[in-house]
Amino acid sequence: MAPLALNVRADFPVLAGDIAYLDSGATSQKPEAVLAAMDSYYRESNANVHRGVYGLARDATELFEGARARIAEFAGGDTDLTIFTRNATEAINLVAYAWGREHVGAGDEVLITEMEHHSNIVPWQMLCQEVGAKLRYLSVSEDGTLSLDELDSVLAEGRVKLVALTHVSNVLGTLNPVAEVAARAHAAGALVLVDGAQAVPQLPVDVVETGADFYAWTGHKALGPTGIGVLHGRREILEAMRPFMGGGDMIGRVDFDTSTWNELPFKFEAGTSPIAEAVGLGAAIDYLRGIGMDNVRAHERDITAYTLDRLAELDWVKVFGPLDVERRGGAVSFAVEGAHPHDIAEICDRHGVCIRAGHHCAQPLMRAIGVNATARASFHVYNSREDIDRLVAALEDVHAIFGS
Amino acid sequence: MDELYRDYILDHYKEPRNFGELDPHDLEWHDHNPLCGDELGVHIVVADGKVADLRFHGTGCAISQAAASIASEELIGMPVEEVGGLSADWVFELLGIDISPTRRKCALLNLKVMRGATTGDASWPEVAAS
Ligand SMILES: Cc1ncc(COP(=O)(O)O)c(C=O)c1O
Repeated sequence: MAPLALNVRADFPVLAGDIAYLDSGATSQKPEAVLAAMDSYYRESNANVHRGVYGLARDATELFEGARARIAEFAGGDTDLTIFTRNATEAINLVAYAWGREHVGAGDEVLITEMEHHSNIVPWQMLCQEVGAKLRYLSVSEDGTLSLDELDSVLAEGRVKLVALTHVSNVLGTLNPVAEVAARAHAAGALVLVDGAQAVPQLPVDVVETGADFYAWTGHKALGPTGIGVLHGRREILEAMRPFMGGGDMIGRVDFDTSTWNELPFKFEAGTSPIAEAVGLGAAIDYLRGIGMDNVRAHERDITAYTLDRLAELDWVKVFGPLDVERRGGAVSFAVEGAHPHDIAEICDRHGVCIRAGHHCAQPLMRAIGVNATARASFHVYNSREDIDRLVAALEDVHAIFGS
Repeated sequence: MDELYRDYILDHYKEPRNFGELDPHDLEWHDHNPLCGDELGVHIVVADGKVADLRFHGTGCAISQAAASIASEELIGMPVEEVGGLSADWVFELLGIDISPTRRKCALLNLKVMRGATTGDASWPEVAAS
């Protein structure tokens, strides 16, 4: 198959240097368009949003709310159901506090999976400990996938209030059948939260089609800046929820003893918002739409397939996760015989190859697959097959040093 | 020769000295490196106020395993009281390689565990400003 090159590397200033950046699962690089949008926001339009009557404040508000509208459309959600948070972690915590503490009680269960990132584990642990609920895990099979039969049997016990799972695993790359999970969970009376931190950056995602009641993602992995995340929710659920944090912007009216809440989405956005970051994320999704999310996905699939092929040639490398590129996203975790992931990453660094080594904030998953850590290469639009060739050359070096 | 993965480092990594467990033992400690999840434990037998024997166990990168293995040869025979006073520099000198800031915890995990076992102090050894 001919390589599917997007030829956009030159749009990313950080990549002007001679590096193979293979750590987009941790954070993506930012195109010039994002940097320029944030810069010109601060230079030309900076003011606090929403209540200012002067022109500059109107400009800032339009830029901010305009970004929200485009971001909502990009992800298939309604604008007023698209809440800005600091990151995916805060979006999940928002749900755990504002929804979880009202709806999950003693004897109830929250069901997650063994492949979750710590940010989709710890908030539920804290909730369950606080209210006396039980946290349960769906297991991850040998090939890195979940079992819908296991899901059905846990749901059939009738105690699950919420199923929270990742759309795409940041370690194994697994693409989970979230719509299928949501349909089964709903039939059993449970709500569904999907962690889309790794999915939105690389797949066409329509949050309504996923069936999720809550869908969380994070800007910095989707070519946007740090400091902004997104939570999409269902209208009737968000309306019935109490606020997350209290403060300015989230209120309708404040009296001495009580307050009323602002309308959606502002009810969940206490304090001054990440305005420049929203503008930056708006520019990031414009950039992604310019490429086309179908093309982004096709490129991701191409690079992933090429990586899996090249690694398969090395019989001292073991790959974790699904091997079928239709069932996975662009993160490939692997082990090199005799070499610890830290040492693999160190040697890759000398070759100008940036990969991540460690537990990837997924320690329960590490235990489930029987390792302490893995090395991981993850991709985005700026990567090419040459980056993977450089990775393989670096791994040959690792093998020369650590092979027995 | 590789500046970090020198032959003696790789030798200690691939064939660690004093690796395993000791039962019975007088002192023990266990800890992990929060950055990577690597674990290291130690069993120590004390006689006449000295480290008469020790075994370390766990998994880790070449730097952490080599540090534990090389140090173990120095630690056997050392008065238990002295172990708590060992510094990060002691480890770096034993390793004889330049340890970048991102790998310091790998190198120091073993000393942290040894100090924990002998003094109960669970803090990371301090690195002198360079
Ligand atoms: C699957 C998954 N969920 C959640 C997160 C957390 O994202 P953030 O740190 O931006 O909240 C990450 C980031 O590593 C992730 O990979």
